[in-house]
Order: sequence, then structure tokens, then C-alpha cells
Amino acid sequence: MPDLKTEYLGLSLKNPLVASSSPLTEDVGALRRMEDAGLAAVVLHSLFEEQISAERGTLEQDLAKGTESFAEALSYFPELDEYVLGGEEYLELIRAAKESVGIPIIGSLNGTTRGGWLDYAKMIEDAGADALELNIYRIPTDPNRSGADVEQGYVDLVKSVRGAIKIPLAIKLGLHFSSIPNMAKRLAEAGANGLVLFNRFYQPDIDLESLEVVSNLVPSTRQELRQRLHWIAVLCGRVEADLALTGGVRTSEDVIKAMMVGARVAMTTCGLLERGIGHATEVISGISAWMEENEYDSVQQMQGSMSQRSVADPASYERANYLKVLRTPHPEFPLA
Amino acid sequence: MKRPTVTIDGNEAAAHVAHRINEVCAIYPITPSSNMGEHADEWSARGQRNIWGTVPTVVEMQSEGGASGAVHGALQTGALTTTFTASQGLLLMIPNMFKIAGELTSTVFHVSARTVATHALSIFGDHSDVMATRSTGFGLWASGSIQEIMDFALISQAASLEARVPFVHFFDGFRSSHEVQKIEALTDDDMRAMIDDELVRAHRARAMTPDHPVLRGTAQNPDVFFQCRETINPFYLAAPGIVQRAMDRFAKIVGRQYHLFDYVGHPEAERVIVLMGTGAEVAHEAVEHMVKRGEKVGLIKVRLFRPFSVGAFVGALPKTTKIIGALDRTKEPGSAGEPLYQDIITALAETQLNGSAPRVVSGRYGLSSKEFTPAMVKSVFDNLAQSTPKNHFTVGIHEDVTNSSLEWDPTFDTEGEGVVRSMFYGLGADGTVGANKNSIKIIGETTDNFAQGYFVYDSKKAGSITVSHLRFGPNPIRSSYLINQANFIGCHQFVFLEKYDMLRNAVPGAVFLLNSPHPLEETWDKMPRRVQEQILEKRLKFYVIDAYEVAKATGMGARINTIMQTCFFAISGILPRDEAIAKIKDAIQKTYGAKGEEIVRKNFAAVDGTLANLHEVSLEGLTASSDIEMPPPVSPQAPAFVREVLGEIIAGRGDDIPVSRFPVDGTFPTATCRWEKRNIALEIPVWDPDVCIQCAKCSIVCPHAAIRLKIFDESALAGAPPTFRATDARGREFAGKKAALQVAPEDCTGCGVCVHICPAKNKQETRLKAINMAPQLPLREPERENWEFFLQIPDLPRSELKINTVKGSQLCQPLFEFSGACSGCGETPYVMLLTQLFGDRAIISNATGCSSIYGGNLPTTPYAQNSEGRGPTWSNSLFEDNAEFGMGFRLTLDKQAEHAAELIEALRAEIGDALADAILGADQSTEGGIAEQRGRVAQLRAKCESIGSPEAKNLASIADSLVKKSVWIVGGDGWAYDIGYGGLDHVLASGRDVNVLVLDTEVYSNTGGQCSKATPRGAVAKFAAAGRPAAKKDLGLMAMTYGNVYVAQVALGSNDAQTVKAFVEAEAWPGPSIIVAYCHCIAHGINMTTGLDTQRAAVQSGHWPLYRFNPALAHQGKSPLTLDSKAPSIPYRDYAYMQTRFKMLTKSKPERAKRLLEEASADAAARWRLYEHLAAMPVAPAQEESDA
Repeated sequence: MPDLKTEYLGLSLKNPLVASSSPLTEDVGALRRMEDAGLAAVVLHSLFEEQISAERGTLEQDLAKGTESFAEALSYFPELDEYVLGGEEYLELIRAAKESVGIPIIGSLNGTTRGGWLDYAKMIEDAGADALELNIYRIPTDPNRSGADVEQGYVDLVKSVRGAIKIPLAIKLGLHFSSIPNMAKRLAEAGANGLVLFNRFYQPDIDLESLEVVSNLVPSTRQELRQRLHWIAVLCGRVEADLALTGGVRTSEDVIKAMMVGARVAMTTCGLLERGIGHATEVISGISAWMEENEYDSVQQMQGSMSQRSVADPASYERANYLKVLRTPHPEFPLA
Repeated sequence: MKRPTVTIDGNEAAAHVAHRINEVCAIYPITPSSNMGEHADEWSARGQRNIWGTVPTVVEMQSEGGASGAVHGALQTGALTTTFTASQGLLLMIPNMFKIAGELTSTVFHVSARTVATHALSIFGDHSDVMATRSTGFGLWASGSIQEIMDFALISQAASLEARVPFVHFFDGFRSSHEVQKIEALTDDDMRAMIDDELVRAHRARAMTPDHPVLRGTAQNPDVFFQCRETINPFYLAAPGIVQRAMDRFAKIVGRQYHLFDYVGHPEAERVIVLMGTGAEVAHEAVEHMVKRGEKVGLIKVRLFRPFSVGAFVGALPKTTKIIGALDRTKEPGSAGEPLYQDIITALAETQLNGSAPRVVSGRYGLSSKEFTPAMVKSVFDNLAQSTPKNHFTVGIHEDVTNSSLEWDPTFDTEGEGVVRSMFYGLGADGTVGANKNSIKIIGETTDNFAQGYFVYDSKKAGSITVSHLRFGPNPIRSSYLINQANFIGCHQFVFLEKYDMLRNAVPGAVFLLNSPHPLEETWDKMPRRVQEQILEKRLKFYVIDAYEVAKATGMGARINTIMQTCFFAISGILPRDEAIAKIKDAIQKTYGAKGEEIVRKNFAAVDGTLANLHEVSLEGLTASSDIEMPPPVSPQAPAFVREVLGEIIAGRGDDIPVSRFPVDGTFPTATCRWEKRNIALEIPVWDPDVCIQCAKCSIVCPHAAIRLKIFDESALAGAPPTFRATDARGREFAGKKAALQVAPEDCTGCGVCVHICPAKNKQETRLKAINMAPQLPLREPERENWEFFLQIPDLPRSELKINTVKGSQLCQPLFEFSGACSGCGETPYVMLLTQLFGDRAIISNATGCSSIYGGNLPTTPYAQNSEGRGPTWSNSLFEDNAEFGMGFRLTLDKQAEHAAELIEALRAEIGDALADAILGADQSTEGGIAEQRGRVAQLRAKCESIGSPEAKNLASIADSLVKKSVWIVGGDGWAYDIGYGGLDHVLASGRDVNVLVLDTEVYSNTGGQCSKATPRGAVAKFAAAGRPAAKKDLGLMAMTYGNVYVAQVALGSNDAQTVKAFVEAEAWPGPSIIVAYCHCIAHGINMTTGLDTQRAAVQSGHWPLYRFNPALAHQGKSPLTLDSKAPSIPYRDYAYMQTRFKMLTKSKPERAKRLLEEASADAAARWRLYEHLAAMPVAPAQEESDA
């Protein structure tokens, strides 16, 4: 039996397949089934900055609407003693998850500004999370704000979270940086123990009937997997942080490729959403089978074996690779 | 023993005790007593135990009749049981009260006494309800102050257990029920000491149990009933003594001594007045003041009115008394005098044997919370000093018809030195009242000052104004009347300066705090001259703050409450500034802490940001130079009655209107809201004709009939104002005509529902639609002129319109406009549609509730009239009898039509066959047919006049019944599902041609969100704090079971065309019809601008399937049930969690929320399956007419 163990954020995991942040991880029952299916760890769904701020701010507003205005109806709702607001609900999930499952539970916070919501980093730690994944991304729309400014904002945010908690911290990134390696290095220096590549954004669509912008969930594609393999291969060995691949992972081959380019773990959501949580069992046994067949002893043996620094032709991950592809005749896209 | 002081209102004071010394509370919400039941329910929900260590059971019943039945049953089986009620509610309890008292059962009903509806409903306070229970055998026990309410709640229960006489413990609704005072709270130990457990066990021992079976409730015959009825005499004879002993015991435990009749005043008083309730507190203040001035006057406060102790009353009177003024807060038309007067006369007559009795005169005061002030008390004493004093007088009004009223001197002031008297004018939405309630608590609980707060609210639900009256001082405050000599006035909304003469209440040198949106240096010039003059004349200390700026900067939005509260403390100096700020922050933490840190943080920031923005304005060099005048309350073009009566009410001078100006029987003109230009919208919709597709969706959803579409000939545009917009009408049937969409700028509330629903988007810039919100102020003048022009453009003849379509219906004139409903109300569009379709021949019976308040609350009336003077005629009888009341309309119409037909036959020779046949055989199924019949009836009337016989005159008087009338029975779910269901069911079963419109908000909206049987599973409401566990009652399905009832379920926000179709079909069906209409509501905790989205989601989720059940189809051999919506297409949670009423359960009880949501989803799915099955059921072949 090959050894599937891996280390991620200082956590010893029994294999490299981790459930990434998704609506599936909102329920303790589902978390139990994930553990049963063999997943090595779970990143909980994200607690959003907007959710925390809005719920803290709007509950009172919603309850107060129309009150103290009309003599017969000075209020519209019973006065309750306690409310479990969005953030507290999340902390409760962590506590329940820690009581229910043995695999590591990674909390996830999503936001971009420095504010009161960041207190939740510490609360997530106190609730028992084994690590925290901080998801920072927002589309910059202000033409006066430079890329450097945006990047510095991220670095500052990571520093402030790092300063607040002791558990390992991973940063989930988008891929729209002029220099991903530089950004990755700066985030690692700011205190990130791991980098999760990459965040997926649900691009807006247009409803031609209502002339409204709509957003919906589009499953990740194999093309997205390639982007991630590419950048992890480039970063492997160049930054002082564990790398995690997320986006487009469905099969055991996908996980194996992730390991080879240098990821410590491969995270999956779409595979589980599409084929059910039990699919994880097949993926893990597939890894094992492939390794046996190809005589790999351990996952750690493969990790980084196909990174840019390890391959025979490092240029294959750079512009030279691009030229090569273009010059290769392709039946579907004739160059002529 | 030191007892805690609390700052609470009378309702809470009563509930504080009642919840601790009872085991069962069965209630039904009714203003102003609802809060007592709500407190009890909340405390039980929190697990708060009574003095015996168990959590009392609180149940909401379907009516007060039901509540009293449950109370009776619980008492009979041995539970200590109470209820809380008022007014009509108490009246519904009377049958059970006779039983409870007849069976010598110990209980106390706590009643916030409220006016019983007569010529009009009133939610305010007087004793007409409790006086209506005098013959039940219940004792009647009056409290005057908030402290007394708490004390008497306990003493009455202790006495009732011993005496076996039940009591109504009452206090003045909308005075002491809602007045906040600092009082000493009774402890559980006090209650344990007062309530004798032996008596409790004796109560239980009398209970029904199969272990010791007895029988009660026998039927008796003339041989023994009388004797049995007299068996109770010893108990009633003993009761006053028992009550006094309980009062004495209370005095030993707590230290406050009460008597059956407490005397206050000069020991050798010659003039004595007798009264009960808060009036006695006011009289106490006046009497003390007058005695200090050397007058020999006195007052008897009646504590125990029934059983009336003649001996105790006479014993309380000073021997020197020469004349007594008996003051009743009720009216008994036709009686020899009101109840207290009669009892005093009897008492004195019965004791006259022992000597000569003082003279007694009677007076009425304070009906429907009419102000009763020390000045009025003095006028009563002045009357008593006359050689021939007025008897059966009134005081507090100008009664110029029979001249019963006493004059009073409004400047007579008895309030002591050192009382801080503050008035705050705010909007309901700005949080002023909440902040003031906090301020009273801060001052009451932090300082040695006594504190009092009372709050006056608007009868409008949109843009409502609130006036807070706060008193603080070193001595107990007995001033149960509004402040009219204020030394601090806060105006929290700049626009009020033009609407209300606030400063008339300011004493010289008072503080005036103004929230101004204008720069400091411009504020003075933006104020009306009258305000400037008063500031200068009275040398007011004038402070200004731009609270909205501070609120904006600190994320508080429109909530300026904490900012203005901070200003008050900073200026008034009641507490050291730093201490005050610390206390305000404590209060913020207490109020909002559980609801999240963000709101606390924002409030803190607002407090901290206030002082730097608060400025005192020096009056040096200022002159009253403004050319801004306070406009008249209504247009000078308004009819005289509107100007002279309704306008005065609008201006806040209703108290000054004399009796002679009012109708004698409660009849008021319709179409008067149009004169009340409220200008409450900050933004109004502006039409872009180039984008508009003229679908009229904006018009059909407008809750206030403030945006309208007209189509007309181009010639009608002659003389149009320069900014009036019109465009080519769309649609083949309107070819060559013009169309205009016009907003009533001063009547629009700015809710934005129309813009939200508008489907037409600007092709260049999709954020713009065919209507877009823009600031109202710059548009007010031009759009006012445009609106006036629009109104005079003639409507298209109704016979040319397809009124069963959305657009066709919206080209009919709304005969319901500019009501006082909430901005964005979900009910009023249905009412407006009803009037557009049938208003010119509609007669409406309206259940009490939101629709009767926005439909019929003075000053103005939204039901309107068309150019021929026709329009809906409307009445509200009660809450519970609406269906029956409406059916009465139909009985009359049918009877009169039948009799008219008989008279036509009798007079056929004179009338002529042609006209007689045409009238009797008229087809009135179309608008054209109705118009023709109106013409024929006019001819008939002319004929009758020329005939001139008594029969012809009789026929003329009922000839109108020959024109088809449309009877509508309108009400909310509280009426239709709960209190009025029995009657509704009977009316539906009657087969009569009535139309029922249920405005289903799924909760008691008007009384503040109590659970009804329409409340869906999982929704939080009062009396369902943990989410309603049961499924919503399916009223439509129940109605369908009759087979001959037209039933429709509609939701305007989901399918407006189906809604219109259902209204038209319901009206056309010649039997009973019921439309159950989904109404989003402020009580759902939603954004009212997007309320229609929740309607759509309700349908998509399967919560609210749309259907029509038309018995006419069954006659044609088709399935009567047509499903107008599709199978559920979105998860139930997507609908539910758009609304705070569902979402808040996920915040308070997440697991339960999840379970109830799953069950509610299953309900929706099951309902849909059932309906699908019903719609697909094979129908029996159509039967021949002769088979029917």
C-alpha cells in the first residue's frame, strides 16, 4: 500500500484530498459523510465580511421597521433575549464539527477590508478550528487605485490576521496579479503558512429578458485545473508556504498531477457536488491504485516532482511553452 | 425592605404581577391591552416562573369570547387564571363573566379601559367598557397611577381568592396603560406574603374533577332559580370588608395604605368631587394646589366601585361636605345619570335617614382619552360653588348644542416648581420615541428624580408623527395629561416647522432644539416667520444640529434617535454630561447588544459625533424676517366642512371644535383625503414617456393611487401646463389618442413600489426605467399643477374599456386614494382595484383592522367619488361581525329590489309595459347594461313623481335597488380566519350574492403582529415567538367545499392579470364569492419597496398557489378549479428567508427553524399535489337547468 499521507499547514493528513469551501460543508451531517468517504480535511464554507456586517447591522433595522409609529402597533415582533447572528452560527458549526468528526476542520473567512469582522479570525480559532483559510479578493473598479495599492492592502490584511491568531493561516488567492510569484512571496512573508490557488469567481451573466445582471454557479473546468497546475509548478520551492490546489479537481489523476507540480493537497468541490460525497472514496482509491501501478511509495515522493524546478525543461512552464503550442499543428484550429 | 425601582408603563405593571400569581392566561389581542398578554407570553417563553415555581401557560384564542370561555374552563378545573382585555373585547366576555361570577369564582381580569364603539370606533380610553359589565357580578376596581396598577393587581387577586368575588381591575387605556413612570416593583416575596396558599388550595378544591364529581351549569325553573340567585348575597356583602383587610395587609407588607375610598383635600371641605382612574390623580394635583390657596375642596378617589360600600363611601366624606361633583368617564344616553353619580345618589339616599345629605351634581369628562387637566378640575369646583350649579355637565369639550359644558381657564397651572417638562416632535421612523423611553429609564433609574413619559402617535401609518411628553422632578408626578407648558422642545424634523405650531407650548426662556438639514448660518432664514417670532418673543435658548449629517457619517441612516437624545442630555444638564453619555451607551448596549455589535458600534459613534455638531444660536441681531408662512392645513378650495372641521383636526386643533359642528350620527363625507396634502415623500416617480410601454403595472400596484394612467383625445391637452407630459397612446384600440402617466406629487409616499415593478427599461442606460425616482421638492410645484390638469381630463367611458384586463382596470378611476396606510402597503392596491372595477356601485362592510383604520380613521376619508358623485359607501361595524354585517346589506338590497319589482307590477299600467319590462328584464352583466339600467331607473323615478300615489312614492324611494349593487365584505386574516370565521362561514353558506375580500397578511397587522391561524408554519409572530408550529389554515379550500362559492387566491405581485380576472369573476358570480389576497406587510420584516418580490416568491415556492374556483364552470361540465400558477419552482427557503419573520427564527432557534422550514416545504408540496388532483378531477356532466 503506498503511503498517501501529506503535511499541509502543519497538519498531518491521511491523504491529499481535501473538501474545499462550498455549501456542502454547511452541515455537520455532510461533514461526517465526508470523513466517512475518506476526505482528509474539510475547509468550511466561507463566512463573508458582508454577511457579518450586514447581519450585525440589519437585524435591529429589520426588527425596528415600523415600530413606535402607530399607537396600536408599537412593535411587530416578540422581543427575544438572544440571537445567534451569522458569525455566531458559523462558530457553532465549527464547535459541532469538531465534536462530530476527527479530520481537521479549516475555517474560512472571506473579505477584503480591515474591520470589525476580522475579530472572527480569533473567534474561529477559539471555536476549535485547526487552521484558517482567508479568502481575499475583490474586483478593483476604481481606476485611481493602483495594483501596488491593492496588493499592499492584501499584505496588510494578512499581517493583521496573522497577528491575531496562532493557528495556521492559509490565503486563498485569485490569479489576477501582475506577478503571482511576487505576491505569493509577500503573502508568505506576511505570515501565510499556505497558499490556496486559485479562487474561482462566479462571473456575471446577462438575462436578456429582464435586462438584468445575473450570477449563477458554473462548475469548474479542466482548463481551470491547468492554470492551477501551471502556477503551482512555478511557485513550488520558490515560496515559503504550503501550496494547495483548488479548482477543476475531479479525478484521481487530477490529484496526482497536483501533487507532482508541488501541491500539498488538492481540494475538490465540483466532483462532490456532481457525483456525491461518496465519489471521494473512488478518487482516493484511484490515487492508491495509480501509485501502486507506477511504483510510487508515497505522495511525498511525488510532491514537486514535476515542478518547474524539477522538470528537465523549466521553459516548458514559461513563454517558450506558449510558442511551442502555437507552432504545433492542431486539427481543430488550423493555423493557416 | 428596599424594593427595586423600575420605569415601566401600566400594562407592564399589571402583567408583572398577573404573570407571577397565575397559572393560566388566555387572551386575545386588543388595543390597548395587547401588551399585557404579549409581556406574559414573552416571559413564559423565556421560562420565567410564577411564585409557585411553574411557568404560566399563555394561550392566544380566536376571540375574546373564546378567551373568556377558556378562562372559565381553566378556573372551573382549578387553575389560577387571568385574562387581559379592553373595550369590545370585554363586552364579548360578558356572558362568561355572568357565569364566572354566578359560580363565585376567584379571578381578576386586567382591563385597560377603552371606549366602546358607538357612532365611531376609538382605541382610546374611558370607562364605557367596564361600566357595561356592572351587572355581571364582577367587582370593579380602579387604578389611577402606574404604581397603583401594580399594587392593585396584587391586592385584587388576594381579595378575590378570599371573597370568591371575581374582579375587573381596570385602568385608563391609552393613558396609564401606556404612560411610563418610575415606580417601586413588587417582589415575589410581597406576592407570596399577600397570596394565601390556603385560599389557593381552597380554589383548587372547588374544581371539577372526576375523582370528586359534581355538576355545574344546571338549567333551573321558576320554582328555584330566584332563590339560588340570592344565595350569593353574603359573599357580596362581605367583599368590601375583605378588600379593605387585604389593603390593610398590603400596607403592612409594602407600606402603601389604600382604602375603598381615599379622601384627599381640606379636612373641612365643602365642595368634594368623586372620581376614579387617572382623572383622580389629576384631581389630586389640582386639589392640593387649591387647598394650598385656601380653598375648602376635596376629592374622593374611588378604588372599589363594585361591590359599592355605602358605609365606606359616606365614611370617607368630610362631614362638612355641602356639595358633591360626581365625575364619570362614560356616557349612558337616556339614563338618569352616569353610574358613579347614580350610586352616590343611592348611597346618600339610603343614609339620609340619619341626617341631611349633601347635594350631588353629575358630570362627564375624558371620553376617548379626552384631555382632563387641573384647569378642568378647577372649573368643576367653580361650578360646585355656583348657587345653581350645572348638573349633568360636560367638561373638556365645547358642548354648544345643549350647552352642558363648563368653561375652563387653560392657563391654570398646578405643576410644581422644579418639574422638567420636555416635548419631542419626531417621525415614527426616526426612533424618537424609543430614545425617549430610554431617556426616562436612564433618568428614572440613575437619579432620585421621579420620571414620567407619555407618547402621542399618529393615526396615519406612513410618515407618522410622534410627540413625546417627558416629565422629571423631585416629587411624585400625578400629571396624567399632556404637557402644554414645556421648558424643552425638540423638533427632530425640520419640515414640522411649517406643519405644527410647536412653540406655542414653550414657556418663556425654554430650550428649543432643532434638527436642521441646512447649514447653520442658513437655518434661521429657512424657518417660518411664526417660529422666528416665537423664539424671539419668548427669548428661547435655541440650539441647532444637523443630525442627519451625523447619522450619515456614522452609518445610522435615518435613525437620529441617539443623536437627538445626546443633545437633550447635553443641553438639559439633568445629568453631568459624561455620566449621561456613559448611561446612554449603557442603554444602547442593553437595547441592541443581543442584535449585534455593529449596531452598537454605530450608535456609539453617533453619540460621540454629536456634541461637536451641536450649536447654540445667539439671538443677538436676529429678526423675524422670514417670508415663509405656515400654510393652511387644507386648500382654501376645499368644501366648508373639510376646511372648518377636518382641516382643524389636521392642524391639531380638533379639541377646540364645538359639538355643533359634527354630524349627529357618525356620518362623514367621503372623498376628503384628496384635500390633505401630506407631502411626506422625499422622492417621487418621474415619467419617461419614451421608455414607457403603457402597461399600467405601476398604477395597479400603487398602494396610494398616486400614479395614474389616462388615455384621451388630443384635444384634451388644450391648456396643458408647460411641463405636462403626454405621448401617443399604445394599443390598437386607442389609435390616434394620447396617453399620460401622472403622479400626485403631494400624495405619493415615495415608497418606490411602482418603479420597482416597472418592466420597461431605457435601452441606452438599463438602470433607468419608464419611471424613476427623483427628489420631490423641486417637482412639487410643477407636478401639482400637472396633477390638477390631469384630474380634469375626462376618463374614457367605462363601457369602452376591457375592465377585466390590467390596463383596462387601470383606466378606471380609483375611488380609493391617498389612504394613511403604510408606505408600500400590500393591502391597499387590492382595495383600490375593487373601487376601480365596482366602486360606483359598491357597498363595503369592513372588519376592524388595518383596512378600517386607513379606510375610516379621521380626519380624512380615502373612499372617493366619481364625476357623477357615485362611489363606494363604507361602514365598519365590529371586528367579529363583518361578514354578517355585509350580508345585512345584501338582504336589504334583495328585499328592496324584490319589493320594487312588486310595486312596478302593481303600477305597470301607469309606468308602461315597455319601461317596466325593460327594467325587470335588464341584463346588467356589463358596464353598458348597468349604465342603461341607471337611465331606466331615472325614468322610473320621474314617472313615479308624476304618478304621485303613495305606492309610487314608495317605489321611488327604493328604485335604486333595481340597479345592480356590489356588496363587498373586506377584512384581514384576523377577522376571516379567527374572530369572524364562524360568521364568514355562515355567510358563505347562505348562497347570497356577496363578495368577500380577505386581505391576508398572515398576522394581526393592525395590533402589532400577533399570530393568527393564517400565520404560516415557521413564521415568528407574537404568541408564536418560537415560530408557529402549525400549518396555515387553508381558508380557500374550506370555502370550496360548499361547491357554490366562487373562490380565488391571488397575489398581485405574481400575476396581476389573474388578480383582475378573479375580481371580475367573483363579482359576476351571482352567489357568494371569496378572494383571498396575499398582502405583504410591514409586520413581515421586509423592505416594503420590494414587497411584491415576496409575493412572487410566495407563489413560486408553492406557499401561495394561484387559483380560481368558479362554480359556473361546473355548471358547464368543466372542472371548477383552475390553477393559475405552476408547480413550486423555487425552494421554500428562498421565499421564507426574504423575510425577517422567518429568518429571525434561524437566529434564535436554528434547529427548530430548520425543522419547521422542512415541514413548511412539505406543506407547500402537499398542498400543490392536492390542488393538482382537485383541478384534474372528473366533473359530473352538466345538468339541465330543470334538474337544479
